[in-house]
Amino acid sequence: MTLTDWPAMLGRTSFIELAARERARALLDDGTARELCGPFDRIESPWLEPQGVVPQCDDGVIVVKGGLDGRPAVVIAIEQAFQGGGIGEVSGVKMAAALSLAARDSRDGTPTPAVLLLETGGVRLQEANLGLATVAEVCSAVLELRALQPVVGVIAGALGCFGGMSIAAGLCTRLIMTEEGRLGLDGPEVIESEAGVAEFDAGDHALIWSIDGGRQRVRTGLADALVLDDVTALRSAVIEAVRQGVPAEHRSQGIAELRARLEALDPARPPEPADLADVWAGATPRKGAVR
Amino acid sequence: MQTLTYEFPAHLPAARRTHVGVVGSGDLEILMTPTDGARVRVSVRTSVDGFDTVWRTVLERFFARHPVAASFELNDSGATPGVVHLRLRQAIEEGNV
Repeated sequence: MTLTDWPAMLGRTSFIELAARERARALLDDGTARELCGPFDRIESPWLEPQGVVPQCDDGVIVVKGGLDGRPAVVIAIEQAFQGGGIGEVSGVKMAAALSLAARDSRDGTPTPAVLLLETGGVRLQEANLGLATVAEVCSAVLELRALQPVVGVIAGALGCFGGMSIAAGLCTRLIMTEEGRLGLDGPEVIESEAGVAEFDAGDHALIWSIDGGRQRVRTGLADALVLDDVTALRSAVIEAVRQGVPAEHRSQGIAELRARLEALDPARPPEPADLADVWAGATPRKGAVR
Repeated sequence: MQTLTYEFPAHLPAARRTHVGVVGSGDLEILMTPTDGARVRVSVRTSVDGFDTVWRTVLERFFARHPVAASFELNDSGATPGVVHLRLRQAIEEGNV
């Protein structure tokens, strides 16, 4: 994709403008989608109402099974409009359980890859400790499934994927982003409020996207594919990512490579975001480095 | 946050249960479940306190025109009366009333 691909840009059907339920269904083959733990099961968070927050009947996570290019798959979508996509006890467990069930099906002879639609600010503050605990469960479920079948992450919107869920994103077999998507451990406003505006100006959108944005994340190898925010383009990218199967080594297992990248940086003289890809291209692990 | 309940007379049957909307800023979600009786029951959980009268007026007007025998659960995140009306219309349309 290039910025000047105007016909594609103008003719697209935006993916991120769909609600989470419609996004999940849009990725799956027509007529195959079947929701698990749907709204009428009323599995909502018990922690919000006592704190004066209106809950949502699916707790903001939608789990849909169906066919992906003719093969069984599960799509887990986070609704970013509800609590900024924040993960609580119930929504986190829904994700973890769906991933574990996909792993069980894969072991039992029905290979079931998973697609995570990660539009989230991380753990919901109202459920802080329980949310953190479930993020750990989500991460271990990703690790369980990715050994058997691909776990593909998609970050399509400007909300991005931050906090604990960015760790889950980092564990994904492959990560697909749009130009508008963002990925980072701490969000810009968190960094600014903790370390000051000189460290990171959360009002400087160009700066934020030059570091956290999809293009930079793909250029620096922290995500795999940069795709237009378009239903057809994203569905094709997801199918292709699943088709590539399970790699011999996941990105998060390349400890020596990641360490070499850290060593290539001088915190006293950080590189410009535009130069980071070149700096890291020359960062190769030392011979005999501990893996 | 405030929880409100209302009841109005109703007689139109709904074909199926429906779920529409999200609990996002300025929006609401609605779960509609068809019932046998001649009443419509509405329970509202709203993030904005003190609008009991507005809710009663909006719902009274809607269900006078569309007396659907069902239970409606509304989870509201500060939707305006216009948005509430549109979401209710969407719910009964999808429920094939």
